[in-house]
Amino acid sequence: MAKTMTEPKQNGHEQTYQDGGAIRSPWKMAWRKLRRHKLAMIGMWVLIVLHLFAIFADFFAPYSELTTDRRRTNHSPTRVHIISPEGKLTRPFIYGYKRVDTVRNIYEEDHTQVYPIRFFVRGDKYSFFGIESDLRLFGVDAPAKIYLVGADRYGRDIFSRLAYGGRRSLFIGIIGLAISMSIGLVYGGTSGYFGGWVDNLMMRIAEVIISIPGFYLLLALSAVLPPGLGSTERFLMITVILAFINWAGLARVIRGMVLSISQQDFVTASEAVGCSQPRIIIRHILPNTMSYVIVNATLAIPGFILSEAGLSLIGVGIQHPDASWGNMLSEALNLTSLTRYPWLLVPGFVIFITVLSYSFFGDGIRDALDPRART
Amino acid sequence: MFRYIVRRFLYIIPMLLGISSLSFFIMQLAPGDALTTMVLSPDISDEVLNAMRARFWLDQPPHMQYIRWIQRMMTGDMGHSFLWHAPVTWVIKQRVFNSLLLTVASMILSWIIAIPIGIHSAVNQYSWSDKLLTFIAFIGVAIPNWFFGLLLLYFTVSRGWGFPVGGMTSIDFADFTFWEKVVDLIRHMFLPTIVLTTGTVASLMRYMRSNLLDVLRQDYVTTARAKGLSNRVVVYKHAVRNAINPLITIFGYQLGGLLGGAALTEIVMNWPGIGSLMLSAVQGKDYYLVMGNLVIGAIMLIFGNLIADILLAVSDPRIRYE
Repeated sequence: MAKTMTEPKQNGHEQTYQDGGAIRSPWKMAWRKLRRHKLAMIGMWVLIVLHLFAIFADFFAPYSELTTDRRRTNHSPTRVHIISPEGKLTRPFIYGYKRVDTVRNIYEEDHTQVYPIRFFVRGDKYSFFGIESDLRLFGVDAPAKIYLVGADRYGRDIFSRLAYGGRRSLFIGIIGLAISMSIGLVYGGTSGYFGGWVDNLMMRIAEVIISIPGFYLLLALSAVLPPGLGSTERFLMITVILAFINWAGLARVIRGMVLSISQQDFVTASEAVGCSQPRIIIRHILPNTMSYVIVNATLAIPGFILSEAGLSLIGVGIQHPDASWGNMLSEALNLTSLTRYPWLLVPGFVIFITVLSYSFFGDGIRDALDPRART
Repeated sequence: MFRYIVRRFLYIIPMLLGISSLSFFIMQLAPGDALTTMVLSPDISDEVLNAMRARFWLDQPPHMQYIRWIQRMMTGDMGHSFLWHAPVTWVIKQRVFNSLLLTVASMILSWIIAIPIGIHSAVNQYSWSDKLLTFIAFIGVAIPNWFFGLLLLYFTVSRGWGFPVGGMTSIDFADFTFWEKVVDLIRHMFLPTIVLTTGTVASLMRYMRSNLLDVLRQDYVTTARAKGLSNRVVVYKHAVRNAINPLITIFGYQLGGLLGGAALTEIVMNWPGIGSLMLSAVQGKDYYLVMGNLVIGAIMLIFGNLIADILLAVSDPRIRYE
């Protein structure tokens, strides 16, 4: 394992001078390697920005998730101007819009109304971890509205809903992964350590779940959710379902690793000094699978995000009016809406960017922690 | 080898028992039983209800129901779909062909495209074409199939590319001559096949590239070059053959995913396959249809893996199964 190695100093005295000849911990070494991986760093920063955007959705979004506007259905993206009609550079402003076609929802700028974009404005009220506030990053004066990437068919701001939806779409991956990883670790660890018929039985059970096509199982499980669930419960249930589908595959790989680790001398040694079996598994064997777990965790999160998006897209995941990146796209399944209001596809691009960033970041982490696993 | 295959076949039996009981258990979790929705539906006569009740012992405790369901499955009777007013086996059979048409076509296409690209990329490692291809492949892997499908739909409609969007045949399909029918079908298949193919090409090409790069670093390749063989012979006769071998596992997984793998794409692209059938079954709480789909999908997956293992053993003499 990479953890136990101490790397000989590469560029001699300069390093020694800096950290006083101290042996760098394996984590520090991995971090240094990761920092050199350009794409991984880009991915990491994109992910940090996206997650902050979602966590502080209340602040970054100009409107609340549920604010509808019947006079602005399917509003096209508002154009932000920085050149005033006189041709001078000014603070960013927008024009008011008027609907010129009520059937096809075509809006045009009305150059008689000018609304500067204001920062740190009072907008829709929200409560964030018990803090009641209405402070929002930007906004425009009523009656105008700013739709950075357009509005959906209820006149809800897609930009705001991207922020709020990110709370569900992004965190379903992390929470779901945490659940399935813990089950996978304990299950795989136990199975691999004990071996014999216990191992056999446990793996056969896991294989039953692996053998059912994942998406079908997802669909079937989401079908049994009672219709009256509140939005938080529904979110949690979907997360649990996703975790349920994924733990078995992780358990199988971890079992394989544990099986080979438990042959090693240090395990025999801890058995000899009388460590209990749970202690050996948890304290000695599982930490050795850590680099694999971290690498796979980053590479597995996109799978969760995509599953949630897929489920919500076809209407069996997160339900309207709650936003999720998947269910925001479901309007685009209607061909007429899709061609008239192409900005409905924006959530798809956000999902794509998220997945791409996770795989760049995951690749970097893999190279840093476990160079042999490179494909 | 023979003993291994026999054992693997025997081992499928408990797996299927497990899978079917899991599907059955999921169905039990749902509020009401398989007939609840049917009782409410005015389309279903009492005779059908009573016949179903008798056939599947629905007035018995769950474990007896399960045994009965399994017994019925053995005889090929998967129950009645009330959405379709037809036996589940009949409904599934209708859709299996549609799904396979799409998935098999895209599987063949993707192998034909991906292998040469992968070879080219590996042989010309770090050339601009390799960099471009790897970059495209990276994006191809990261872009979700259904989103790519939506994008294609958007461009097809707004740019007037003239491919039919959704469905499998034109309205006047029945009046067409045989060749017109074939052309019509291919036109309808075009977009969903492209969507499915791009995703697979991207990942297959990456595998092929890295496998071939590994092989080209081996000693025997150096030996072959050293004894004066042309680059062509070294690459195509010696290296490629060994690099393709590990891909057989992927071939097996693809076989297993032929029915279940394209579900979302089918739904988004409006293709009447198993995936969209499953969605309507789930939405309509058509329980026997849901269970039937789960079991059929699982059987495909198990056999796909089995075939992959056997092919691997046949093609690679280094692999021995006990």
